[in-house]
Amino acid sequence: MIRSIKHYIKSFTLFELFKGLGVTGKYLFKRKITIQYPEQKTPMSPRFRGHHALRRYPNGQERCIACKLCEAVCPALAIDIEMEEREDGTRRTTKYDIDFFKCIYCGFCEEACPVDAIVETHIFEYHFEERGKNIITKEELLAFGDKHESEIAKRKAADAPYK
Amino acid sequence: MDTLTTFLNSFLPEGLATLIVILLKIIAILLPLILAVAYTTFAERKIIGYMQSRMGPNRVGPKGWLQPIADTVKLMFKEIITPTRSSKVVFFIAPMLALAPALAVWSVIPFWDGGVLANVNAGLLLILAINSLDVFGIILAGWASNSKYAILSSLRVGAQVVSYEIAMGFALVGVLMVSGSLNLTEIVRAQSGGLFGWNVWPLFGLFVVFFISGVAETNRAPFDVAEGESEIVAGFHVEYSGMAFALFFLAEYASMILISTLTALLFFGGWLSPFGTSMDDIPVLGFLMGDGFHWLLLKAMFFLFCYLWFRATFPRYRYDQIMRLGWKILIPVTLVWIFGEGVAIALGWQPWL
Repeated sequence: MIRSIKHYIKSFTLFELFKGLGVTGKYLFKRKITIQYPEQKTPMSPRFRGHHALRRYPNGQERCIACKLCEAVCPALAIDIEMEEREDGTRRTTKYDIDFFKCIYCGFCEEACPVDAIVETHIFEYHFEERGKNIITKEELLAFGDKHESEIAKRKAADAPYK
Repeated sequence: MDTLTTFLNSFLPEGLATLIVILLKIIAILLPLILAVAYTTFAERKIIGYMQSRMGPNRVGPKGWLQPIADTVKLMFKEIITPTRSSKVVFFIAPMLALAPALAVWSVIPFWDGGVLANVNAGLLLILAINSLDVFGIILAGWASNSKYAILSSLRVGAQVVSYEIAMGFALVGVLMVSGSLNLTEIVRAQSGGLFGWNVWPLFGLFVVFFISGVAETNRAPFDVAEGESEIVAGFHVEYSGMAFALFFLAEYASMILISTLTALLFFGGWLSPFGTSMDDIPVLGFLMGDGFHWLLLKAMFFLFCYLWFRATFPRYRYDQIMRLGWKILIPVTLVWIFGEGVAIALGWQPWL
């Protein structure tokens, strides 16, 4: 009896509705959490997995030894490697293609690599303008690595203690 | 205005001069109205954004102030697609039929004392009559689209608008019982005497009913089953694009502004200042605090804000809940209130006079 009277009073004074309005009214004046993307960016972990790159040793020799561990571990089958033995007896790749449409950016290739050759960089703002450009070749990967080597090295060093 | 009339009369035949003056008045009402509609959409996105901890549109122009202009331009250049097997004529008449009543009602709305296009004696009746024509546009749009979603939506709107019209009409009956007139200017004048002369106090229940049914009448959240994005895409205007869609949009927001203005006029003393005439003698403050258009604007803006606030707060009612609220709660409440009011008037107990 008392409960139903209470219920009547509550619904006729629109109690719950005003409570709801109070909540939204409060949020009207709260701080906005929007990140205005191109101008503002969220902080990024050194482990961020973006565009791939192939690295070189400081003497200019490419790191990749064509062990194909990355190709084997890749869950999306995005990596395609062919290799040869060079005249100095080293094993190097002749082809190292990554299909960026297949790639799921899991970072397994980076973890599998015994020589830290393939890495995923912090760069995620890139695009392709033609069909076929999504397959990134060895030359492009190496060039990308050369271009961003200092930044890559810095991020690897920052993450090294946790590996 | 009078000087303009005499000036035009000096070289034009009398009928033509009056026509030109009336046309100018119509433009003077409609242009700001359409601008207000444009910026209501902007305010809506901004306010709802803020209530959801977002920023809302802020890219076009300074702080996003040109957003409605950009929207309009986009809609104007968009192709209007007619679905195959739709009834073409009705399909294009429908948006006009929705917009015309929403704009026509403004002819009897007084903006300040004497500032009205047509000082009709049965203004309130005219508003009720024309406002209910709105639903024809929507029903025809749903029917002409040859789409199941659209027809479902228009059926919902038909039932909803008809149900809430009754509650709204009864709430208006209460107002005219108090003020003894159907003329909107007279209704506002009857509320003079400062804050406590307003109709809200004796008619508080009717005010609540009026505003709720006003929200339902304009098919706004939480009564927007007509659009019900999650159920029937966009309702009656799924098949409309470009300017045809813009007309529906314009009609919806014009009616929103209309209901807000009506609430201000009927229950909150329209252009009357809440301070009455107590401050009229002070130089500048007297003008600001005295009666005037700015008070009506302020009050109407508050109710318009409430519309947006409701939309940001309440989830959509289920269809049967809408019917229950309309028929089993709002109509009985108005009936009881009007009965009480009638008894009070009959006994000569009229605290509001």
